Amino acid sequence: MENNKTAWERLALVHTKGRPTIRDYIPLIFTDFYEMHGDRLYGDDHAVIGGIARLDGKPVTIIAQVKGRDLNENKECNFAMPLPEGYRKALRLAKQAEKFHRPVICFIDTPGAYAGMAAEERGQGEAIAKNIAEFMTLRTPIISIVLGEGGSGGALALGVCDELAMLENAQYSVVSPRGFASILWKDASREEEACNIMQVTADDMVRLGVAETVIEEPLGGAHNDLDKISENIKEYLSLKIEEKCQKDIDELLKARYTKFRKIGEFTE
Amino acid sequence: MFEDFFKVVKHRFNGNEEEVSGPAFKCPRCQGTVPLERYEELLRVCPACNYHGRLSARERIALTFDKGSFEEFDSNMISCDPIGFPNYPEKQAELREVTGLNDAIVTGTALVRGEKAVVGIMDSRYMMASMGSVVGEKIARAFEYATENNLPVIMFTASGGARMQEGIVSLMQMAKTSGAVKLHSDNGGLYITVLTDPTTGGVTASFASLGDIIIAEPKILIGFAGRRVIESTMKQRLPEDFQLAEFMQDKGFVDMIVDRKKMRKTLAKLLAMHAPEEKEV
Repeated sequence: MENNKTAWERLALVHTKGRPTIRDYIPLIFTDFYEMHGDRLYGDDHAVIGGIARLDGKPVTIIAQVKGRDLNENKECNFAMPLPEGYRKALRLAKQAEKFHRPVICFIDTPGAYAGMAAEERGQGEAIAKNIAEFMTLRTPIISIVLGEGGSGGALALGVCDELAMLENAQYSVVSPRGFASILWKDASREEEACNIMQVTADDMVRLGVAETVIEEPLGGAHNDLDKISENIKEYLSLKIEEKCQKDIDELLKARYTKFRKIGEFTE
Repeated sequence: MFEDFFKVVKHRFNGNEEEVSGPAFKCPRCQGTVPLERYEELLRVCPACNYHGRLSARERIALTFDKGSFEEFDSNMISCDPIGFPNYPEKQAELREVTGLNDAIVTGTALVRGEKAVVGIMDSRYMMASMGSVVGEKIARAFEYATENNLPVIMFTASGGARMQEGIVSLMQMAKTSGAVKLHSDNGGLYITVLTDPTTGGVTASFASLGDIIIAEPKILIGFAGRRVIESTMKQRLPEDFQLAEFMQDKGFVDMIVDRKKMRKTLAKLLAMHAPEEKEV
């Protein structure tokens, strides 16, 4: 692990062109991936993909936010900023997984939920809220991994899980550093300073009880060795899925609720 | 903070051309001005456009619940400083002094025309009622109490969203509160949300959107993303009524829009219709 990087330097790594996306990882981690489209309510959001696949030969449900690897892909997936129908597709597939007793694996990689008129009209807030509530009691194991950026409520909508892992350079935050600087200091140009005080790194997440595991990236970042980082992710998933599948589901749900229930710092 | 809204200005009232000097309220919706005294008499409702203005938690309690019935939970809970944000503790100390609140929500039990409920009232004077550790914890405890005691919950929401000064810890309060709502719901509990001005961001994207019944006050703002953020990404002006209660009802996200003066009766009727032994009030 490289321990000497600032949060800002890690964010630059996450934004490096060539940083692997979910589309790079799926063929190296899973077999028999079949993508499922649409929320059955309105449309098919391209910022979220989902479907079924096999992990170590066993069926799992995959739900993932999609970053583009170039401008065309980014236009196609709206720069990984989901619309409400993306979150509703995620929920539909999660419910499908529950029905067929498959574990759910969520890959988080978004700067945030899309902020736009269409998103508001179709209930962005309601869609995210519903996912958070429903994932809390989904009667099947859920593992989430932050691949790059975990931006705000748009990330949390895939982030209610039994265990959360962060790739070594990945970040998870309540708002983008730019938004943070702009809102709290009325000065968006202070984003580097914001990034470094916000506590957004993988280590911060473990310390604050948000994540349980940091998945090591190859030296210099995930893009330097796709096979190696895929192997690390797969190793983590194989271990955790096996572990969670052996647990009593009611115990698992109790632990899931407690994981989030205990986050917060107050005195009385 | 309320004082900020009440500037001493020359104003017009009800289309009357006569200009009156004195403390006045300028309506953020119709831009009309009302003498402050009149606005207060109208329970902070704009006489011209029916915009329902902001109330403090104490004012809301006095207006909504049976006299003396409110019993507060966790009144001494105070937030720590999870990410060491500069001046956050000092800012909070100052706000506690100014508002008389310990954070942005007051929770407890109360009677509405004799119907008992667990209640929560957010107060926008306290850091725009943003949700940090204390708001999250008090809401989670309120729902857990309601679940254990088979009580309905009424939440009066108002919020600018997650409290950024608490970093990722504030984001996690969305999961904590929504989880507690879900367990209350799975236990058969009734949850009524009353959206008040403004309900936005991470609060809209968590417990505020999860009510069995979602009520909004007229002309209040409801949204996930801020209007300015959307305008800057879309590079176009949004319709005047965008994200107002009536717009959100039209889009299917609000059950009913209820005037403040009818709120108490409406809540009492709804509670009674969900009471274990149904009765008429």
